[in-house]
Amino acid sequence: MPFTAKSGKFNAKINTVEVGTGDKAMKLGGENVLPFYTFDDAIENAPKVGIEITDGGLENEPECVRKFYEGCVTVADMAKKAVTFEGVDFLSIRLEGGDPNGKNKSTEELIQVVKEVADAVDVPLVVCGCKNVEKDAQLLDKAAAALDGRNAMFLAAKEENYKTVGASAGLAYKQIVGAESAVDINLAKQLNVLLTQLGVDSKMIVMNAGTAAVGYGFDYVVSTLDRVKAAALSQGDATLQMPIVTPVASETWVVKESTASEADMPEWGDVEERGIDMEVETAAAVLAAGSDAVILKHPESVRTVKAMINALI
Amino acid sequence: MALKGLDIFKLSPKKNCKECGSPTCMAFSMKVAQGAVSIDACPYFSEDAKAALNESTAPPMKTIKVGTGDHEYALGGETVLFRHEKTFVSRTRYAVTVCSCMDDAEIDAKLAEIPKVDYERIGERMFVEMVYVNYAPAAGKDRYLDLVKKAAGLDRVLILGCDDPEVAAEAVALVKDTKPVLNGANASNYEAMNKVATEAGVALGVQGADINELYDTLAALEKLGNKNLLFDVGANSVKEAFQIAVQFRKAAIKDSNRTCGYPSIVRLDRLCGGDKHLQAALLSLFTMKYGSIIVLDQMTYAEANPVYGLRQNVFTDPQKPMKVEPGIYPLNGADENSICVTTVDFALTYFLVSGELERSGVPLNLIINDAGGLSVLTSWAAGKFSAGTIAKFFEEQKIEEKVKSRKLVIPGKVAVLKGELEAKLPGWEIIIAPNEAVQLVKFMKELTA
Repeated sequence: MPFTAKSGKFNAKINTVEVGTGDKAMKLGGENVLPFYTFDDAIENAPKVGIEITDGGLENEPECVRKFYEGCVTVADMAKKAVTFEGVDFLSIRLEGGDPNGKNKSTEELIQVVKEVADAVDVPLVVCGCKNVEKDAQLLDKAAAALDGRNAMFLAAKEENYKTVGASAGLAYKQIVGAESAVDINLAKQLNVLLTQLGVDSKMIVMNAGTAAVGYGFDYVVSTLDRVKAAALSQGDATLQMPIVTPVASETWVVKESTASEADMPEWGDVEERGIDMEVETAAAVLAAGSDAVILKHPESVRTVKAMINALI
Repeated sequence: MALKGLDIFKLSPKKNCKECGSPTCMAFSMKVAQGAVSIDACPYFSEDAKAALNESTAPPMKTIKVGTGDHEYALGGETVLFRHEKTFVSRTRYAVTVCSCMDDAEIDAKLAEIPKVDYERIGERMFVEMVYVNYAPAAGKDRYLDLVKKAAGLDRVLILGCDDPEVAAEAVALVKDTKPVLNGANASNYEAMNKVATEAGVALGVQGADINELYDTLAALEKLGNKNLLFDVGANSVKEAFQIAVQFRKAAIKDSNRTCGYPSIVRLDRLCGGDKHLQAALLSLFTMKYGSIIVLDQMTYAEANPVYGLRQNVFTDPQKPMKVEPGIYPLNGADENSICVTTVDFALTYFLVSGELERSGVPLNLIINDAGGLSVLTSWAAGKFSAGTIAKFFEEQKIEEKVKSRKLVIPGKVAVLKGELEAKLPGWEIIIAPNEAVQLVKFMKELTA
């Protein structure tokens, strides 16, 4: 007697959000099954993998990443190079230097970088802020204007600045708004509701429901994503049916497993291997929990995660 | 089919004697129906009634125990598909593979590498718990038996990967007291393999050419009376392996199909084509989704640090916060004269705060209070992180004897404690840190500049 399984297909679906323009545009979401459950129903749009560069250019990268960008002088050079790596679906530029507690670069300076990067590549673009809510409101507002017509994604609108980011990226320039909340399904839902009440089309919203490196409170990430998917699919909650985009690199390349030198931790071995595996294992785990896209840094991580997705879809 | 509390109540002794710990037989029956207590807790249930109920009250997924003593591990026994629904009870265990097809040098190198990963993380020992010993028919029986003996020297639970019943019998005989797993029953040999496994009293791993053959072989073995089983998700493709792991777990837990209710063995050593980073990715995937034993080509610190952290996160009780041991943690080469920083013992807080403090490069003594494993504001609200508890903790831990510095940095979120702390800890200068951990690097650098 052969094995018969009940289908785990749901009646509800995750929204399909198209990012970018032309041939290179990509679709996120659209699935009506749990992550990688292709045996329940076909998954039309495989999860996507993005590569991240920052306004800080080469000197901002870990040493093991720098070698892949040999010969690059400007951030735009890096962008051109980044999109040639195997497995890259989209490019993310993180405006880390804008942080008032860090380099505190001016909005004008950073928007110039965004423009140069955008002119250098034709893949879908993501602009990530500096995590300071006031500065991000300015940065993402101006970036949305600068990338008018590119159908780019902006990470992220938070509870404190969603009005500015939503009004600019979502309403004025009809781009994709990322809604970021801190590992809590209720906060995620609330922000989506607030953005739609502001007038942002719910089909133009993606979520970053919070993330962490594995081992660093990742239990909350798993349970938040599990519950968001359950609400979206089995309960058909339209306020949680937005695809999920998870920036992984910015979490994993700062923990000590990825940064401690071999001199400090001889038994841990090669620091590049540790950085790659931390990034790859975190990315695999967020994808398994329900993320529709991940943003990574090391080209080998991008290749690997893409290979995993291809093996499963 | 799961029984309702009322069905159980009908068969109960209805004495309301409270000996089971429940106030009434009705309450007891409801608990049994939920799987919260075993029916054996009642001394008066008749054997007949128990037998009738046992089949239907048995958990949907069997708990299979392997290994002995300190190295005994429970596999399976899960009751939910997602950790937020209840708790995952049996951690994924990891094995590294050796094969009688390898040459001596390679085998020695592998066996020497396995014990290298061994460390503690939040009170839990992290190491490779199992060794998979694979039989290559071409290398012959004697070479395999020698390898089994050699691998047994590592004092890990062995998984004997062998589908030749005669060789398997001899291999099992060598190590059966350590309760290994014998992985190698399939559609053509299961009767003989069943005999080997049941006679030695070891768990039997079942394989199949596809999901249907695997299922049928499991059913056939159950018919022979063997329920000490695991299933191997196979090596046809990553996609199929994931499908079997997920569909069997779902069928067992959601649809009460007990033939699927066994722990899984995932052979990443055969699924990744030597791509070690892909192996790392899948290691994480199968730890999240339903791998009970994951077999690997290698486990170095690069793979181990993230995956053991992930496992610790996924397999904690979602209702119980993870705690770190309270005490003094010197960071960045701190000594007794270094400045003190204090916070709570909630694992997440500890990791975020200690991570940022390490990045600051400033030598300091991080003093972790006993705050019941709650976050800063929660423990403050619950009265577990107050000027009084901090002062008491300082006294108990004899902080003033251990540290000479009299500067103490407290979390910005409990700035309100400053005055009271100064009163309770005379001689200490209380400094208020920023609200968020990310601001600590800049703050600490400026503070000590």
